[in-house]
Amino acid sequence: MAVALLSAGSALAQSRAETILVIVEQGPNSLDIHGLGANFGAYQASWNLYDRLISFGSKTLPDGSRSYDYTVIRPELAESWEVSPDGLAITFRLRKDARFHDGARVTAHDVKWSLDRAIAIGGFPAVQMRAGSLEKPEQFSVVDDHTVRVTLPRRDKLALPNLAVPVPVIINSTLAKKHATEKDPWAAEWLKQNPAGGGAYRLESWKPGQETVYVRFDDWKSGPRPAIRRVVVREVPAAGSRRALLERGDADITLDLPPKDFNELKSQGKLGVFGFPAENTFFYVGMSAKHQPFANVKVRQAIAHVLPYERIYQAAMFGRGVQLQVPVASNTPGYEPALWTYRTDVARAKALLAEAGHPNGFETALSFNLGVATVVEPAALLVQEALAQIGIKATINKITGANWRGALAKKELPIFIDVFGGWHNYPEYYFFWGYHGQNSLFNTSSYQNAEMDKLIDQARFETDPRRYADQVRGFVRIAVADVPKIPLFQPTLDAAMQKSVTGFQYWFHRQLDFRTLARQ
Amino acid sequence: MQVLRLVRGRLLAALPGIVGVVLVAFALNRVLPGDPAAYFAGPSATREAVEEIRVQLGLDRSIAEQLGLYVRDLARGDLGRSLTTGQPVLADLLARLPASLELTLFGLALALAVALPLGIAAALKPGSWTDHAGRVLSTLGAALPLFFTGLLFVYVFYYLLGWAPAPLGRLDSLWSPPATITGMYLMDAALAGNWSLLGASARQLALPALTLAIVAIAPLTRMTRASMLAVLSSDFVRTARASGLSFRTVVWVYALRNALLPVLTSLGMVFSFLLGAGVVVEKVFAWPGVGSYALEAVIAADYAPVQGFVLLMAMVFVLLNLAIDLAYGLVDPRIRIEA
Repeated sequence: MAVALLSAGSALAQSRAETILVIVEQGPNSLDIHGLGANFGAYQASWNLYDRLISFGSKTLPDGSRSYDYTVIRPELAESWEVSPDGLAITFRLRKDARFHDGARVTAHDVKWSLDRAIAIGGFPAVQMRAGSLEKPEQFSVVDDHTVRVTLPRRDKLALPNLAVPVPVIINSTLAKKHATEKDPWAAEWLKQNPAGGGAYRLESWKPGQETVYVRFDDWKSGPRPAIRRVVVREVPAAGSRRALLERGDADITLDLPPKDFNELKSQGKLGVFGFPAENTFFYVGMSAKHQPFANVKVRQAIAHVLPYERIYQAAMFGRGVQLQVPVASNTPGYEPALWTYRTDVARAKALLAEAGHPNGFETALSFNLGVATVVEPAALLVQEALAQIGIKATINKITGANWRGALAKKELPIFIDVFGGWHNYPEYYFFWGYHGQNSLFNTSSYQNAEMDKLIDQARFETDPRRYADQVRGFVRIAVADVPKIPLFQPTLDAAMQKSVTGFQYWFHRQLDFRTLARQ
Repeated sequence: MQVLRLVRGRLLAALPGIVGVVLVAFALNRVLPGDPAAYFAGPSATREAVEEIRVQLGLDRSIAEQLGLYVRDLARGDLGRSLTTGQPVLADLLARLPASLELTLFGLALALAVALPLGIAAALKPGSWTDHAGRVLSTLGAALPLFFTGLLFVYVFYYLLGWAPAPLGRLDSLWSPPATITGMYLMDAALAGNWSLLGASARQLALPALTLAIVAIAPLTRMTRASMLAVLSSDFVRTARASGLSFRTVVWVYALRNALLPVLTSLGMVFSFLLGAGVVVEKVFAWPGVGSYALEAVIAADYAPVQGFVLLMAMVFVLLNLAIDLAYGLVDPRIRIEA
């Protein structure tokens, strides 16, 4: 017994030095990012288990923390690439030494199969591929065993960066095809449970709902060898327990705590607390531009004049994140706070409301998603209180996470608080989803304006920087004047970790990248 | 033979009830608001993507058709697949039920170890300080919400004092679980003769079980006390005392045995209550049980695991009631339960 304990003790010390224990609220529900309903945990698993053709560079921020760098695209499985002069073809040359976890070589056929799959499998992966004008499998062709060509229907600045987002993973097609069936040509059933990648980490074990264990893949060639040998991701559903584990030093890192906890941990100073304003993301008060009374622009302007922005920001974010008033995040191109034209002014708000024909206000329901209640509920209460000042009686309508998306999709909610973020850090990318008259799910206000649509469409494919800046300013101005959404604040991506853990890097997909982590 | 017949009869009699439960669970799921297709389509799905997922999940079919498919799968022992964990529901439930049972049984045993002596002592000397102490303890146990006691225990015993291990589920990641026989780590470790593993699992189990026990102590103490009081003042105890039997024999053999029947009844109820109340404890201690599994599924409007969970619970209750009825016969041989 003594011997057992002793060996357990030394094993503990050894494994602690080479292992990182990550605690999360919810782990993966699939190992296949193309899979039906893959959750954020699945994104994290996929990001570390698979490689993509290319990735983004990284940069050090003024405060010493690290972030990915959208402006630099670096090789991953592709060692080089070439964009044709007309911008309609990209040729990737693969590294010749790259192998999958089972030892098989990575070839152009794997790349073709994987990119075809992302489009043919439909649903979210296909939508994401389309964002970079990758619309049909015929666009990918194998030139030789180590060369792949991607052709594009139009010049699109997102085509290349869109191959560096989490969706276009490169799958071991020989292995996957063994498990494909007639009904399931893309081996979705098998890949859900079994990784077939060549990423920097391979899967040691996966107990869904409990624990996922990753081990470094020592034959990985797509980047510098990661410092951490083993990563254990444990699911701890209670936020209080996660915080206790971290403070006691039993866990190494978490990204899942309420802003209040991150704020307190930061002021205590015992742990490293990292916070980076999440790019192209903000919380907003949305109003239906389709249904009265909010269909009247004066009513929306009245509300923009009455919200206590500073108090909302403090109550919801505890000083984390960035208070925001223009519908462009603070670290996204086109951010110009001066474009915002509303000041908190109750008299002006009352006058606007009277002009709109509601001198005594009206009754409405303010909805929010219970899934993000820790942040949104305090904001909702302050909005409710502010609306009461101009005679609008708003009841609070809490909707559970499962119902939220459905409730938004109906586009019947009169006024609500929501958040949306885009992976590509361009304002027109956000506006294309959130404001464009194509009326995607994220144009939650059902806002329609032909002039805005024109500007967004132009900006997407504009190559002249001056004209582009004018187009962006143009649609932001319209969004401020018509104010279908009132921006509140930009959240941070937060992480708290032991002081001995270094190398944490912010990613637009907000998942933890194990490859850069190290322990001192 | 008679016992076997009884068991068979009771199980057959429970069948219509279970069928009813399956139907109600199926219907309730569909009546509740919420759209699994929209939820699982993820935050950046288009309307077409949501519709595509709806077709893949078979949710575009009529309710009758969905029920037909569900019953057909059920007959094959296929409970469907959870979208939250991505696993077959049956495998999930079988992996998690032992964790819940272990926690509940251990918690109940702890509660009994406190409640029985406390209730007996209180009944022997009503109005004494033991009686009052028991009353305070059971009031506290009934009044404090579980998540509060759970977090308080984590704070005091783990965070402040460092006596308890990290609330990270059934085993520290250093250990690998014992070979599965019953699925309950304590029992499997004991069967394998691996005592250090047994100790490690017991350490993980102690705090969540204690949290659960606090709730169970209240009804069990009160029931033991009331039942003992009634029995102690009955004729046969007076006769036994008058016959000069020792205090010990009177209390333990005559009084307690007769007082146990109502305690046994409430034990059954407390057990089923704990199995449900365990959800909160499972959340706080990251305990991979069936309760938190079902809760996650409800939040995600993930139908298959919720239905599977309800079915499982229905079966557990049938078996539990049967076990309690059989135990009646052991405690009081006069009781005959007809099938």
